[in-house]
Amino acid sequence: MNNNLQFDMTVDKAAQKVFITRQFDAELSLVWDAFTRAEILDQWVAPRPWTSRTKRMDFKVGGQRLYAMVSPDGTLERWAVQEYRSITPKTHFALWNAFSDKDGNPEQFGSDWDYTFSEEQGITTVRITIYNESLARMEKQIEMGFREGFAMSLSNLDEFFAQAK
Amino acid sequence: METRRDIFQAIADPTRRAIISLIALHAMTPNAIAEHFNTSRQAVSKHIKVLAECDLLTQEERGREIYYSLELKKIQEIENWLNPLRQIWEAQFNQLDNVLSNMKKQKK
Repeated sequence: MNNNLQFDMTVDKAAQKVFITRQFDAELSLVWDAFTRAEILDQWVAPRPWTSRTKRMDFKVGGQRLYAMVSPDGTLERWAVQEYRSITPKTHFALWNAFSDKDGNPEQFGSDWDYTFSEEQGITTVRITIYNESLARMEKQIEMGFREGFAMSLSNLDEFFAQAK
Repeated sequence: METRRDIFQAIADPTRRAIISLIALHAMTPNAIAEHFNTSRQAVSKHIKVLAECDLLTQEERGREIYYSLELKKIQEIENWLNPLRQIWEAQFNQLDNVLSNMKKQKK
C-alpha cells in the first residue's frame, strides 16, 4: 500500500458504530465498480486463502446480494445476504448485511453499512460507517481470536472475518 | 440499574476525552482540570467520577490536594480491542489495492 493513502478506523462503542476511512490510488469509477460489482467484490472481500462467491447480486434499491465465504478446501461455506437500502450512483450507497443460510434467509440481527465515495486528483476516498446491532458478539469473537493468537498471523483471521463481514 | 462501567464509556464523551488528554501530560487537581472547561465544576467532577469508575485514574494525595493521573495500562485496553479489527480491514483493503491496480493496467 502506498503510505500516503489514508487509513483511519475509529469505534464509538456506545453507539455501536465503526467508522472507516480509506483512500485508494484509483479514479472513482473504478473504486465504485470494485464495491458494487459482484465479479470484482469476489476478488477482494474474502481474506486469503478463503474466497468469496456471489450466488446472485441485484444492485438496486431493494435488491440483494447473496454470497458465501468459502474455505480453502471448499468444505466450509459461510453465507450472508445484503440488501441495498439506498443508492446514489458513484456517490453513496447503504446496505443491510446479515448472516444467512444458503437460500438467503437472514439471521435476526445484522448490521447497517453506509458507503460514501469522493475523488480528488485521482485519489478516491471511501468512508464507511457500520452500525452493528450486536457489537457484543463482534467483541466476543475478537476475544476468542486473541486466545487463538490470531493477532500474530493474518491467516488465522479467516473464520472471524467471514463472520465479522 | 447499576452496570459495570467499561473503558469505552469513558471515551464516548468528548469532555472526558479532553480530560484524558489533559491528565495524560501530568497529574492535575480537580480544580485545575475544571479550569480548562466552560462547564460547571459539578459537571467536570461527574466526568472525573466516571473516569475513576472506569479505573482510568490514579489518585495521589499531596497535602490537602488530590492529584489525578492517567492509568496507562487501562488505555492499552482500547488498543487491544481495536487492533484485530484494524488488521482485518488493512488486509482486506490491501487486496483491493491490488485489484484496482490490475483494473488500471487492463484499462490501458
